[in-house]
Amino acid sequence: MLMDAEVIDKKRNPRIMKNNLMKMLFLFSTLIGLVILIVLLSTTLLDGWRYLTLDFFTNFSSSRPSRAGVKGAIIGTLWLMAFTTPIAIFLSVGTALYLEEYAPKNKFTKFVETNIANLAGVPSVVFGLLGLTIFVRQFGLGNSVLAASLTLALMIMPVIVVASQEALRTVPVAVREASIGMGASKWQTVYRIILPAAIPGIITGIILAISRAIGETAPLVVIGIPVALLATPSSPLDSFQALPMQIYNWVKMPQAEFQNLTAAGIIVLLALLMMMNLVAIVIRNKYSKRY
Amino acid sequence: MIMTKEKTSAIHLANKDLESSPTVTQNNEIFIAKNFNLWYGENHALKDINLSFHENEISAIIGPSGCGKSTFIKSLNRMVEMVPGVLTEGEILYRDKNILDKDMSVEELRTKVGMVFQKPNPFPKSIYDNVSYGPRIHGIKDKKTLDLIVEKSLRQAAIWDEVKDRLNDNAYGLSGGQQQRICIARTLAVEPDIVLMDEPTSALDPISTIKIEDLMQELKKEYSIIIVTHNMQQAARVSDKTAFFYQGNVIEFNDTNIIFENPHDKRTEDYVTGRFG
Ligand SMILES: Nc1ncnc2c1ncn2[C@@H]1O[C@H](COP(=O)(O)OP(=O)(O)OP(=O)(O)O)[C@@H](O)[C@H]1O
Ligand SMILES: [Mg+2]
Repeated sequence: MLMDAEVIDKKRNPRIMKNNLMKMLFLFSTLIGLVILIVLLSTTLLDGWRYLTLDFFTNFSSSRPSRAGVKGAIIGTLWLMAFTTPIAIFLSVGTALYLEEYAPKNKFTKFVETNIANLAGVPSVVFGLLGLTIFVRQFGLGNSVLAASLTLALMIMPVIVVASQEALRTVPVAVREASIGMGASKWQTVYRIILPAAIPGIITGIILAISRAIGETAPLVVIGIPVALLATPSSPLDSFQALPMQIYNWVKMPQAEFQNLTAAGIIVLLALLMMMNLVAIVIRNKYSKRY
Repeated sequence: MIMTKEKTSAIHLANKDLESSPTVTQNNEIFIAKNFNLWYGENHALKDINLSFHENEISAIIGPSGCGKSTFIKSLNRMVEMVPGVLTEGEILYRDKNILDKDMSVEELRTKVGMVFQKPNPFPKSIYDNVSYGPRIHGIKDKKTLDLIVEKSLRQAAIWDEVKDRLNDNAYGLSGGQQQRICIARTLAVEPDIVLMDEPTSALDPISTIKIEDLMQELKKEYSIIIVTHNMQQAARVSDKTAFFYQGNVIEFNDTNIIFENPHDKRTEDYVTGRFG
């Protein structure tokens, strides 16, 4: 016998104890995060829920807390997302498809890929500066919905590209071969086989990215989005308000009541986020295919 | 015939008329490889291959692992090009046209030269959508025509009775053997001229294997088949001609009974009798 039964017996208990110890450690990490999150959410809810009145949703921003509302901010944010999302999807999914499916697998492609992935780590202020220089000033778009949408779309593009590339890579070679082997063109294979299979992963990436964009403040500050505006945009070239800017502005106010408004604004933002995630889950389940 | 095949046969007839020189073998050659060589980068995987395949015949390709069987049949529909860094030399004539020519449309070639893969690879779609995929990508939209094609192909693949009540179920819910027959039906749906099969039964149980072998005998009446197999009995059972590949060379190509009963080359004999290496 090469395996000494006695040694095995002696080592068994310490092994199992170590396993339990690690399990407790990981559970502890999870709990810490969870507890802090619950505390944060519940204080926000407690502070804000009483301010979620009809007036809050129908009033524009105001220097008087009792008159201040999020109408302008909500509508502005919806406008912003309505333009950011399609621009970002078009740019990012197109890029991912090109890089994964069409581009020759050479050093240059690899170089472009690496750089796009690195862009994901660039601070959002930098994208704000880029937007200010190019879209606001160069293109003369001013602090409009379109300028901000283009800026945010560029900011979230790397995230969607990387997620889409990963999703595309999970589609098995065998299935691609089956399609190509029947005389399907590249585009037919992409459109009918690869995209439907990769859609859940792509959507996840898009939603993650949009969730980041919706709460992003820094680039909007740099572009010069107004904090007080008594109108909603009627075209993408109009100026607008945005929820995170509104919240940021309220936080800075000296009156205590504004802190409650801040909480209420955060609740609205969270609700928007949750709605988007719900949509994502529905789409994902609808398209989920197994291999 | 549901998809028009007249055009191809017309071309074929025209080509035959042009052949003024007396042909050595039967006139119904589908594929002829002439001094065909292939490299994967530095690796010379196929060396001076000379082979010809005929209409309404089943040709088997046998040989030890890594000898180039898959590489060869993937060359016949140019799927091998999907591997980066592949180089070829020589000619492969498909109905007298060199498929390695720059102006050859691979989409057209792959429509005529169907392929069934080693592992069943249905699309993550319904059975119906799997089988109608080919006709659809070639522009057939009429639901009635598609229905007819789906039924005909599934019947040809000997799986109609098993799936006719659940055509809208996902193909992934079928057994491996059923999936493979769905894949065969999918290939037949575009009414190819010839079907390439790369170890189509290696992932299947004996009963499914027999079903697919019977199926090949049926298909032979309308199609030509080239099959790669590791199973000597299978090659002997189903094929009319057999080619023995070894280290990228064709050692022997002859009638199947000659290859198995009276091979000319010592290496062929050793291989088919299992005394190899
Ligand atoms: N994608 C590839 N890239 C580089 N070399 C390859 C590739 N595919 C095959 N080869 C090489 O080409 C040679 C022939 O391989 P091939 O797959 O054609 O063999 P095979 O006869 O089909 O073997 P098996 O019976 O195991 O399927 C081998 O030396 C293999 O290493
Ligand atoms: Mg092989």
